[in-house]
Formats: sequence, C-alpha cells, structure tokens
Amino acid sequence: MTTKSAPKAPAKAPKRGIHHQPPSMRVLAVKIVLLSLVDAVAVFAMSALFFKGDYAVAGIVLIVTLLVNWIYLSPGLLPAKYLTPGLIFLGIFQIFVIVYSMIIAFTNYGDGHNSTKEDAVASIVLQNTQRVEGSPAYRVTVVDGLGGLGLLATSPEGEVLVGTQEEPLEPVDPGAVTLEGERAVAVEGWTSLAMQDILQRQQEIAALQVPLSDDLADGFLRTTDAVNAYVFESTFVYDEAAGTMTDTLTGTVYEDRGNGAFESADGQQLGTGWQIFVGGQNFLYPFENPRYGGALLSVMAWTFAFAILSVGISFFLGLFLAIALNDPRMRSKQVYRVLSILPYAFPSFLGALVWLGLLNTEFGFVNNAIFGSADIPWLTDPWLAKVSMIVVNVWLGFPYMFLICLGALQSIPEELTEAAAVDGATGWQVFGRIKFPLLLVSTAPLLISSFAFNFNNFNTIYMLTRGGPRMQGIEENVGHTDLLITLVYKTAFEGGTRDYGLAAALSIIIFIVVATVSAIAFRRTKALEDLN
Amino acid sequence: MSIDSNPVAPPKERTPVPQPRMRFGKWMRELGWRHLVGIAVVIFATFPLVYVLSASLNPGGTLTGSNVLFRELSVQNYVDLFSDPRRPYGAWFANTMIVGIATSIGTVFLGALAAYAFSRMRFTGRRPGLLALIIVQMFPQLLAVVAIYLLMRGIGEVFPAIGLDSLIGLIMVYLGGALGVNTYLMYGFFNTVPASIDEAAKLDGAGHARIFFTIILRLVAPILAVIGLLSFIGTTSDFVLSSVILTSPDKLTLAVGLFRYVSEETSTNYPVFAAGAVLAAIPVMVLFLWLQKYIVSGLTAGAVK
Repeated sequence: MTTKSAPKAPAKAPKRGIHHQPPSMRVLAVKIVLLSLVDAVAVFAMSALFFKGDYAVAGIVLIVTLLVNWIYLSPGLLPAKYLTPGLIFLGIFQIFVIVYSMIIAFTNYGDGHNSTKEDAVASIVLQNTQRVEGSPAYRVTVVDGLGGLGLLATSPEGEVLVGTQEEPLEPVDPGAVTLEGERAVAVEGWTSLAMQDILQRQQEIAALQVPLSDDLADGFLRTTDAVNAYVFESTFVYDEAAGTMTDTLTGTVYEDRGNGAFESADGQQLGTGWQIFVGGQNFLYPFENPRYGGALLSVMAWTFAFAILSVGISFFLGLFLAIALNDPRMRSKQVYRVLSILPYAFPSFLGALVWLGLLNTEFGFVNNAIFGSADIPWLTDPWLAKVSMIVVNVWLGFPYMFLICLGALQSIPEELTEAAAVDGATGWQVFGRIKFPLLLVSTAPLLISSFAFNFNNFNTIYMLTRGGPRMQGIEENVGHTDLLITLVYKTAFEGGTRDYGLAAALSIIIFIVVATVSAIAFRRTKALEDLN
Repeated sequence: MSIDSNPVAPPKERTPVPQPRMRFGKWMRELGWRHLVGIAVVIFATFPLVYVLSASLNPGGTLTGSNVLFRELSVQNYVDLFSDPRRPYGAWFANTMIVGIATSIGTVFLGALAAYAFSRMRFTGRRPGLLALIIVQMFPQLLAVVAIYLLMRGIGEVFPAIGLDSLIGLIMVYLGGALGVNTYLMYGFFNTVPASIDEAAKLDGAGHARIFFTIILRLVAPILAVIGLLSFIGTTSDFVLSSVILTSPDKLTLAVGLFRYVSEETSTNYPVFAAGAVLAAIPVMVLFLWLQKYIVSGLTAGAVK
C-alpha cells in the first residue's frame, strides 16, 4: 500500500532558503488583500462584542487577530502559515465545543435556567405586568432607532419622553420634537413608524414594555393601538437588599436558596430561574432516579448491541459476498458488484426514510406485498423495532464492508494461497488459517471506526423510530430503540423542557465510552500487526 | 436487468465461462453458487431503491398504491413536489447544494494546506500534531451538538448573519471538522509524491506557495476528489447539526426538510417524498459511481494507516 511508506521528505527541505526569496508583487498583493479582509471582519466583530459588553470574547478575538497577522507578515513560520486556517475552525468548532460541553454538563442550563440571575429577575418582573387601574393615558408614537423599537411618549402633563425596552423613558429636548397638536409624532435621531410598519410589527409593538425609570418597580408603558399607552406595573416586586421576589397578589415571598430559582417557603419554584453550577448533579441524576437509571442502562446495552451487531453482520455479509464474487472465472461479477454497492451510494438519510415507508405497519410494502397484508408492527414493537433497526443498518452498511473486504482479499498475494495448496492445505484451511487472519489485520482499524460510527448512528435510528416505541413507566421520553446519541438530542432539543445540562452530561458518557473502546481496540490491533 | 444476460444456471447447458466443459454439478459447486449469492444480495440491495423509484412514479397519492411496483407511470409526484410553497423542495435542494459544495471545497482546501505542512515540513509539534488529529477524528462533532447549538445561539446574538438559522454559520460549523477527519488521509497521499519534485521546482526558483498550488495540488488531485466527495456526502446526510442550527422552513436542508415532511404523515406524503428522494439521490449516486474506484482506494488507504 502506498500510504504505508514512512514520510521520507528531506528533513532540511523547508529550511533551505525558500522563504528568504522576496515574494513577488502579485503574491504580496493577494496576501495584503486577504489579510485586510480578515482584519476588517475582526474589527467589526470586536466592536460589536465591545458594545455588547463581552470584553473577554472581544479580547480573545483581538489576540487571535494579532496572532494571525503576525504569522502571515513575518518571513518565517512557514508551517504555521499552512496550519492556521484549519486550526482556527478546529479550535472553535471541535475543541472548544468539547470543553464547553464539559462545562455545560456541570450546570443546570436548560429551559427555565437560560441566563443570569439579573436577566431572570427582569424577565419575571416583565412577564407579570398588569395595567394600573385608573392610570392616565400617554399619547405615543412608535419609533425605531439603533436600540430597536421605542416609544415617543407625551405625558398627560405635556412632557415629551422617549425610551425602549432596555432604556427607560428620558425627557427629550423640546426643540428636536415635531408636535401634532398635543402629541409628539417625531423626534430627531429616531424614525417614526408608518401605518404599514405598525401593522407589520404588531406583535413586537404589543410586547414592547418601556420602563418609566431605572427602577422596574415604577412600572412600564405599554400600548396596544400604537397611539395610547398606559402605565403597567408588575405584580412581582424584587427586593434587592433581601434578594427576595414577592408576589404582590398573593403576598408569597420567594427567595434564592442556591437552586438557581426563586423558591417559596413551601418549596414552590418560579418558572424562570437562572444558570448555576450544580456540580455532579446531572451525573447523579440516573442514580437518584432509579427508573431513569434503569432506562439509561438498557439504552446503553442496546447502543452496544446495535453497534456490535451492525458491524458484525455487515462485515460477515460483506466478506461472504466478497469471497463469492472474487473468482476470476466468474462472468459479469462487475454487474453484481455495482448493483450491490448501490445502497452505499444512496444518501444514508434517504435510505432510512425509504425503509420508513417499506416497514409501515398498515400500508408498507413489506407487510402488504411480502407478508400478505399482515399487520406486523415492524417499527412499533419494542423487539421487532430493534430487529428492524439492525436489518436497515446492515442494508446501509454491508456494501462498505464488501468493498473493503474485496480490496483486502485482492491485496493478499496469490503465492501464499499457492504455497499453502502445494503443502496440501484444503480450501477451508487456506481461508481460515491464512487469508482470514491477514484480512482481519488490514480491516480491523476500519471495523473499529465503523463501530464508533454506529455507536453514534443517529440517522438510522431517529429517522425510522425517533428512538421509539417509548418506554412505559418512566416520566422522561426514553424509547426502546434510543441510542445514547439520540437520547442526547431528545433531552436537549425535544419535548416540553429542554435540559442542556443533562444532555451534555450524557454526551460526556459517550465521549468516555468511545475513547475507551478506541484506545483498547487500537492497542489490540497494534499487537495484531506486530505479530505479523 | 443484468440477470438476463448472465448464465445464471442454465440447466444441462454448456456454460461459456470455463473453456473446458464442466458438468452442471461441478459448475454449481464452483461458480453457480456464486451467482446465486450475487443474485440474492443484489435483490436485497436494490429492492428498496426500485420501490422508491416505483413509488415516485405512481400517481396514487398514498403509500397503499405503491405496493404494486410500476403499476402506473406518471410524473405527477414530481410536479407536486415543486408546487407547494409550504414544502419548498427547491429551496431545500439549493440549500443542501450550497452547504455541501461550500463545505467540501473548504474541507479540501483546509485539509490540503495542513497535509502539505505535515508532509513537507519539519517543525516542533509535528508528531504530536499528527497524533492529535487521529485522536480528534474519533470524536465526531455531533457529540458536542448541545455546545455547538449554544455557541451558535451566542454568536447569533452578536452577528445574526452567522449565528442560528444561517447557512454560513452551518458551513463554518462543518469546517470545524475539516482537519480532524481528512488530513491524515491526505497526509498519507502527499507522502507518496516524491520530494524530489519539490526540490527541482525550488531550484527553478519557485516559492513554497507556488510549489503547493501549481505542482503538488495537481499531483494529489485524486485524493482531493475523494475527500471532497466524502465530505459532500457526509455533509448532505447530516441531520443533527443542520436540524438544530437551521430553523425557518425555507432555510432547511433536504435531510431535515424531507424527514419532517415524511414523518409527519408517512402514508399520504410518501409518494411525493419518493419523488424528492429520487431527485436528491441521483446526483450523489452518479458522482459516487463515477468516482467509485478512487473512493475505494481512499477508504482502504485510510484503513491501513
């Protein structure tokens, strides 16, 4: 095999003078144009981040940008020039996200715990506003500015104010205001919305609540018709000194007890909480909830069974086919080969969806045309669904095994077989003692990566059953054909409550399993190769 | 089908394969069973594909009508496919192509740059770097899907153009996997190009960039094609990342769009889905079969390393 040869590039090659030649004008021009593009984007990013208050991220962008400029402007550092573009993407979208997953796994991040405590307080106050009985009407105009939609309000006393959801109402310079009767209709620095814009952005305008002052307890202006606004006050009052949230309607006091939410004395939590570190709580969850733990164990067992059976059956089917079609005397084997690798050429997600129709209980081809209109629940019975998953996955995977087995068989030198035959070995002995071990050595690494792939074979499972049928007797949405990876997806993105923390913890388990299996397996195959 | 043209098992007839005449029993033992195995596997492999083609041409409108293969032929489903604005198949197809092509070009380019550095230059951290790439490729990006989603949501708050619900954002995420999976494969192939070619070009006064772009890239074109195609297939089949990053109906890719469409009402939506599936599969299958030889060599080369 070509790739087996060790890299023999001369050790000194890159050092000898190639980068000391002055670059041609054209190269230099291309370099400068590309670098200035990158810098322009970076400067834009930094200023946006800076105004958002994300100083740490802005700082990282600055450092990376300086580094990139240094690498491409200095004469040496040739390897870095070639590696940097890929490394940046790798760093952000592969390595950082893995680290980030680990951090999330130790938090309560998820629905109801999305942001900081400050945001949670503001959101609770904002979500529970009521019109103050008998409050006077403000005449308003909806205006659009840099900070988003705002209200230009004329108070009952005739004072003109402007503000947005984030910026409380502030008086404006009367000189900058255009009045229409008593009501201010335009102000410099803001665009007044025309009727059609108002109609288009109705929902946004209805949701707009402009605080009267910095203290949210003072109330908000809200408008429903974009002409009159009324003062609304929240029924929840946050006491900053005591750190408590009080529901003024019922008088219940909710306080922060370190659980990432406001809790009342009798243990009731408000829906909107904030993000905190919860230590190993996500990892302990299966142990504290034995039913979930049991379900998780059966999911893990099925994940292993699915991966091992898929790889094993596809491999032996592929190998058998390769042996069958590897006879030089055989005619038209090329036709068989091309037709039998078609499932591999067919996009895999479509393959799974095609089987979704074939296996449909009521109308599917398999039940109606092959089993004579039987109602066999291929995808909805816990055990049959598992069988179906493996059949479909073998259909998707055996052509690949066929191709690699064929390649491996053909690369075994003919002399070995001949020599064995001369020594009096039977056909089976030649295969079992000589060809098969050799074949295993060259395909073992592929079988391992195939195992790792099927361990996380999201598409086949999710497209056919979404992990279902659902397990009975547990609250969480866990199904009989769920793999760990589909469970991660469902925990994080499906159902009523999204729980990013638990999902991340589950994905950490997959990381550990895949790493362990790969490490052991690769060590074993090294041993296999050395024996050779 | 091919079967007609083959000597499957013509009883008591001379088989044209071996020159000396073979008895049927011997022929069956030596070659005949191979044909039987071949036919059985070909049926298993192709019948779902034949079925979906038949369903796509059946104007019945539901799954039931599709159970007799090729009963009626019509292109009605293909017309319907493009006529419902709630199911913007054309947009899905275009999005998939944009994302797939951009990602595969980006992947090939980033991977080739890195492979060139690893293959032709000697620097501190080279061996650990290669090892790290092998380790990284064991952990597919979809394992970190939660973190990727939250990261993209954060990015979207600052730059909506590259955050959630943006094709560019999705492409950037996919490019994160560019080095991990493919560089090692390319690295092996780059090593087979003799270094003397570089030396000769250097003597002629070519700089490193020139050697890379005009000489090396041409010599390794086959592996670039393989990596590009594998990356295209991988990207266009991805469901997890695209389903969490893209949200609005006309931004979806085929994998997400077709899945949602067919799983919401399998029986009634199936024929139109079948038409969509056939159209989506044809370009990929043609490319695949065309480049088959290279792909197989690429796969096995990757294995041997």
